Amino acid sequence: MTSKISRRAFLKGSFAAAGSVAVTASVARAAASLAEKGKEPLVTVIDISRCIGCEECVYACRESNAAKYPDPRKPFPKMIPKRVPIEDWSEKRDVTDRLTPYNWLFIQHAKVLVNGEEQTLTLPRRCMHCENPPCVKLCPWGAAKQEPNGLSRIDADICLGGSKCKAVCPWDVPQRQTGVGLYLDILPSLAGNGVMYKCDRCYQRLEKGLSPACIEACPEDVQTIGPRAEMIEQAHALAREMEGFVYGEKENGGTHTLYVSPVPFEQLILEQGKGKPFMGRVEDRMADGNNLARAMLIAPIAGAVAAFGKFYKRVKEDG
Amino acid sequence: MSLVRNTRQIAYGLTLFFIALSGFAQMPIFKRYYIADIPGLGWLDQFYVTHVLHYGFAAFFIGFSVYAGLDFVLTKKKISGLTASGLVKIALIVGLMVSGGLMVAKNLPGIYFPHALIYVINISHLGLCMVLLMVSAYTLVRKKAWIK
Repeated sequence: MTSKISRRAFLKGSFAAAGSVAVTASVARAAASLAEKGKEPLVTVIDISRCIGCEECVYACRESNAAKYPDPRKPFPKMIPKRVPIEDWSEKRDVTDRLTPYNWLFIQHAKVLVNGEEQTLTLPRRCMHCENPPCVKLCPWGAAKQEPNGLSRIDADICLGGSKCKAVCPWDVPQRQTGVGLYLDILPSLAGNGVMYKCDRCYQRLEKGLSPACIEACPEDVQTIGPRAEMIEQAHALAREMEGFVYGEKENGGTHTLYVSPVPFEQLILEQGKGKPFMGRVEDRMADGNNLARAMLIAPIAGAVAAFGKFYKRVKEDG
Repeated sequence: MSLVRNTRQIAYGLTLFFIALSGFAQMPIFKRYYIADIPGLGWLDQFYVTHVLHYGFAAFFIGFSVYAGLDFVLTKKKISGLTASGLVKIALIVGLMVSGGLMVAKNLPGIYFPHALIYVINISHLGLCMVLLMVSAYTLVRKKAWIK
């Protein structure tokens, strides 16, 4: 942890002057763009070739969202049955090397071989904000929602912390904090287990026409945000320019986060572990259900055909 | 004729059982309470599997209900011929279909419902299901028929 802080401090000093001019200009442009585009789905492009792993985005995220972080009530209720895990990050709020309820964005390191030589890439990881987010759509309690501007978020006042959103998320993004939320007022030992937390794309800033804090704070302009069509075009132009690759456009049926890398994503050897999302190909996990939903329209027609068939047969038999 | 009626009742009962089971499996309870640990029931904590199964049984249930409803109308039976518990169950089933239909629509890509509406239809669907199960259990125990 100490080395990280010192590195951060060093990088902060180095980039502060140069970054401030560029960031101010780009943020002003982005803010104007966001205000103009209103509620059109917004997509973020992340150029990982520019990321230096300084963690400015991480700390900006924490500062911007600190008021939303959980303040759990202790001691925690006794969980029944005992297999239900207590997940407490309240004593580890400083952890920045993975996703936690207090850290919605982290810098993931990836090793890659370039011409036989091992290099390390860094990339900001957080919620991908899927176009059809399973975390939102499959929450049995209606605690999550997706907004027309593309962001998905969990309502901490409604969430019971059952962690289904994490189970259905291809990247296991949402993280649970026990001892907080609505479940404490219902059946704390028997149902629920806290609240799930994840990136909400700084919705409070977007509402004001501002960029998410991570984008604004980046001294290297790693991330850009804008309307979907424009950003997809930008991601592909960037990929063509660096002869690179795009991740996130097709994954899980499409997401509102596009990573652009100079090397194939399959070749990235990402640091792995809990709270550290993978970067493999992801089929559209909602596709089967949604295809069946469309087929469901046939059901009443089939029922009606059967009823009229029976009626016709009886009329014919009666004479 | 009784064979047809029995088959229909069994089909209705089985559909109601599996649609309720796969519906409750949308909540993360079967793993927590060891039910998914029972051999043969592991699928109950596979959310995408139970999601698709719930849709499948719902499709069958809708088709079955439309068939039963139209059959009732075409055979010129009167609503006054239905028992009180039958009318209550019909009202609950219609409520479940409406709230379920809204939930299916909500799950399609590009559909944005207000958060309050999402919450209301989720709770309504769960509540209506609970009431239907209780009424169905009551009518089963008391041997109450749909038709007088």
